[in-house]
Amino acid sequence: MPMTLAEKILARASGNREVAAGDYVTAKIDVAMAHEGASWVIDELMRAGIDKVWDSERIVILFDHWAPAPTELTATMHKKVREFVKRHKIKHFYDIKAGICHQIMPEMGHVRPGELIVGTDSHTTTYGAFGAGGTGLGTTDMAVVFVTGELWFRVPETIKFQVDGSLPKYVTSKDVILKIAGKYGTEVAQYKSVEFEGSAIRAMSLASRMTLSNMTMEIGAKFALIAPDDKTISYVKSRTTKPFTPMYPDPDASYEKVYELNVSDLEPQVAFPHSVDNVKPVSEAEGVKVDQALIGSCTNGRLEDLAAAAEILKNRKVHPDVRLIVIPASREVYLEALRAGIIETLLEAGAVVCNPTCGPCMGTHLGLLAEGERCISSSNRNFKGRMGSSKSEIYLASPYVVAASAVRGEITDPRKLMEVRK
Amino acid sequence: MTTIKVRGKVWKLGDNIDTDVITPGKYLSLPMDQLKQHVLEPINPDFAKLVKPGDVIVGGRNFGCGSSREQAPRALKEVGVAAVIAESFARIFFRNAISIGLPVLICEGVSQAFSDGDVLEADFSTGEIKNVTKGLALKAKPLPPMMLEILSAGGALELLKKRFSK
Repeated sequence: MPMTLAEKILARASGNREVAAGDYVTAKIDVAMAHEGASWVIDELMRAGIDKVWDSERIVILFDHWAPAPTELTATMHKKVREFVKRHKIKHFYDIKAGICHQIMPEMGHVRPGELIVGTDSHTTTYGAFGAGGTGLGTTDMAVVFVTGELWFRVPETIKFQVDGSLPKYVTSKDVILKIAGKYGTEVAQYKSVEFEGSAIRAMSLASRMTLSNMTMEIGAKFALIAPDDKTISYVKSRTTKPFTPMYPDPDASYEKVYELNVSDLEPQVAFPHSVDNVKPVSEAEGVKVDQALIGSCTNGRLEDLAAAAEILKNRKVHPDVRLIVIPASREVYLEALRAGIIETLLEAGAVVCNPTCGPCMGTHLGLLAEGERCISSSNRNFKGRMGSSKSEIYLASPYVVAASAVRGEITDPRKLMEVRK
Repeated sequence: MTTIKVRGKVWKLGDNIDTDVITPGKYLSLPMDQLKQHVLEPINPDFAKLVKPGDVIVGGRNFGCGSSREQAPRALKEVGVAAVIAESFARIFFRNAISIGLPVLICEGVSQAFSDGDVLEADFSTGEIKNVTKGLALKAKPLPPMMLEILSAGGALELLKKRFSK
């Protein structure tokens, strides 16, 4: 029977020759990732009186949500996790200096095509950009994984987005996924696996594909898969010496539905508060005043995102009424941006550059919003109160739109701003 | 067969009740006894004070969308919510709810059938749902036996404990 990529990944992980959508399987986990969520996993294990891990080399632990610890409570949380890491000799541990989990995982070679990876973070779907079955779990399920290395899964149905055409200048993969969310809603992939295919996907960098797979979580997806190609394989091989077996969907696999998009005429997109599917083209958002602009997060904090911001901000200044916060997704991204002169450009323009961390994206630290304030952000969620006051507003867009808006003090089409200079 | 039944007064919520609304990120590092005081605060600052043990939430579509934070279903359970029945759920919330032992059920038409304060009866093993106040009956797809087993054990961790004490 022909299988989709999700079916192939879960068949291999569960030791079955074949599985089909709707089957329940018990699958072996290849890699389990936990950020500060590890602290809650440890609480669960203590409550159960279990102090063991299944495999100290397959568990990756890192800090990104509260790094460095902004409060005594979070410092205590970190301490507890560091002690657990030592006690169980967890091989892959990245303390506060490393960066955001979904950037660290592929950078450090923990994401390999065809593998099943779970994380204590909903945006674990990001690893689908490498053809890996990445999905998010809560802490109780992760406690089960830490101890047994296995978990039950329902094999999901698969839908496919066939994305063709070539993206115009200043239009990015962020605009593609916002367009999809706006057009089809936050439930189109509810409990399903998504596969992306098409010439626009193949032309994208891995960083751009990661943005796409990351935000596919926001339309409900369990996996957000892009079959590996030469770009994927050469990146992964440059990061890990461990062998892996890339998997591909069968050509005649059965999809619940196929959606076709052509992106050649796509405009930059903006998600209005308070839902990710409340999306309009930037032309309908222009003129909305902003108090803060954020470029960062697991969605858009990579080198190409910072470079996009620098392209806009070169020889320009951030509007005096706007706080522009820039957060590189990892130490590696930060260093590369520093060496390329990107950080200098951003600082000269008036940006505040913070250490690699999730930052204000989820409202924990480094730039929260007061009542009545508005932020334009390259992150992934604009839920009510996510970044601080429940009476503040978050607009989501690409780094180009965020940077252009930071210059003008209002939501701005980057294409128009760049025209002005010519 | 395992039977799980609930009877309680309804709190009706809308579509896309996300995990930041259920347990805002700014409170997430607090211990549960403090965090639960803020449950659903952005849409109803008094919810934690007013909810009574045994009350039931009736939600719209995409209940629990957003983050993987297990605090969302746990805080609801800790303030006494006995079950959540919604038109549809976000995947991780649904899975987390089962794993921590909070009964959840997907039922189309449920938000039409209930108003705030109605008395709801649900049988999670048969999928039968009744609005006792209005005299209405609905049928949902029952939970699979594996999920009923986790719920009746009191959560996935309890099952794990059993497995390791053998």
